[in-house]
Amino acid sequence: MATATAVTAARPAPASAPAEAAIACRNVAVRFVTERRTVTALEDVSFEIAAGSFLSLLGPSGCGKSTLLRVVADLVQPTEGRVTVLGGSAEAARRDHALGFVFQDAALLPWRTAIQNVTLPLEVGGRSALPAGSPTPTELLAMVGLAGWENAYPHELSGGMRQRVSIARALLGGPKVLLMDEPFGALDEITRDHLNEELLRIWQETRTTILFVTHSIYEATFLGESVLVLAANPGRVREMVAIDLPRDRSLAIRETEPFMRIAARLRRLLGD
Amino acid sequence: MADTALMPGGQGVEAAEAAFRAAQRRRVLRRRLLPASGILAMLVLWGLLVWVLNVPPFVAPSPLAVAATLYSKFGMLMANLWPTALEAILGFLLGNFAAIVIATVFVHKKSAEEAFFPVVVLINTIPVVAKAPILVLLLGNGMEPKIAIAALICFFPTLVNMVRGLEAVNPQAMELMRVLSASRREVFFKLRLPTALPYLFSALKIAASTAVIGAIVGEWIGSTVGIGALIIQATYNFDSALLYATVIVGSSFSVAFFLVITGLERLVVRWQAPVVA
Repeated sequence: MATATAVTAARPAPASAPAEAAIACRNVAVRFVTERRTVTALEDVSFEIAAGSFLSLLGPSGCGKSTLLRVVADLVQPTEGRVTVLGGSAEAARRDHALGFVFQDAALLPWRTAIQNVTLPLEVGGRSALPAGSPTPTELLAMVGLAGWENAYPHELSGGMRQRVSIARALLGGPKVLLMDEPFGALDEITRDHLNEELLRIWQETRTTILFVTHSIYEATFLGESVLVLAANPGRVREMVAIDLPRDRSLAIRETEPFMRIAARLRRLLGD
Repeated sequence: MADTALMPGGQGVEAAEAAFRAAQRRRVLRRRLLPASGILAMLVLWGLLVWVLNVPPFVAPSPLAVAATLYSKFGMLMANLWPTALEAILGFLLGNFAAIVIATVFVHKKSAEEAFFPVVVLINTIPVVAKAPILVLLLGNGMEPKIAIAALICFFPTLVNMVRGLEAVNPQAMELMRVLSASRREVFFKLRLPTALPYLFSALKIAASTAVIGAIVGEWIGSTVGIGALIIQATYNFDSALLYATVIVGSSFSVAFFLVITGLERLVVRWQAPVVA
């Protein structure tokens, strides 16, 4: 069994205190029955992530990393195993509006302006008011660098801007867990670098727990406090790698020797 | 309009921009003038053919005779357009409303779709000219069968498009709604219905002209007023000028109806470039 714990430099999560974990997966397996055969998307996946930490999920395509994210979001029911989110079930966390989800394509509603897209979570699911003290939609748009674009429609925004709107939407109401499914995968490298830096800043401002799926080694290393490396066929945990780089990172860190060493190690893990 | 032109060398920016704007004005003017001249050329050709071949007036009228009839019998033509227009519009509203409601049921109850969609297809295979007498027998000789025919003819395209539109939801937006714990009702009104609107409008634009066809075909069978009745009367009386004038009035109404729906679409569906039907 491959158990791994996200150990962070600032706040180590002792293995003996599972109550502190924001997300805990125990022996999770997901299987899909198809006409020809039964496909195992995930097999015996166990990991924990401490509240307020940033975990990258890295793996080749078909390793089930998106499926794993959907299990945590209560979008996919695991065939086996148990998922605990914020001390309860994934469903309870979802119903509590404790989860934010950012999709690969921004999934904005094209008939709504940027600000109307950000306020969508207030109009559905029985949540009508923001928790006291949490940032307003306008403040969130400013936080993702879109002040002044409130009334623009999605087709008037660039791909990077659309993804910023969807991040602002996911942050509405101050979710305790932010799940991100290759959010910058479809963007050009320059925009992507920029958004990576912004995401680190937003994470430090909001202190939310982030689970970030990517197939980019550099993105996983640059963003994560630790990286959960998955292997494919069937999807399973390869290794949990702690990233012992300072939290305050700028893009220049990618040219330093420790960064390269970690990246090289992740590449070897993916290649094995 | 995103016109672009390569800026030629040996010329100032201002001169190039002025030349570009002049060319753009010429293009706009041409877009208006060419269709008009095409229609005019067709009318002239028609008049010449009637004159040169010495076509008798009971076979085909000259454009001038049609224009004279349009002018002298304008009141009578409008009096006959009124019932046809009313039947077409009422049928349009009824048929499309039913289609939207049934599409909503189909999307939420798959078993209903599987059971009744074949029935709908079967009814749709009956040609309009065959539906008309059946409905006249059922509903009598008044306006009702004409409205029913117009409604039936609108129903099918709207039903098919609306079902497709309601199901054309972005799967990630659907997952988003689930993460937000949205109810089925919220998913329908916040996501499915707006997604379906562009599909609905392309069906409504088709329905706008077919509803008029339905009303006219309905009037061919047992009716004394309306564009359809007038077409039959004019044909039996060999009054070709009146026949042509009636046809022009009928299609003008169809075009106007279509343009109204197109305008409505531009008002409602603002988030995507208008799709050419």
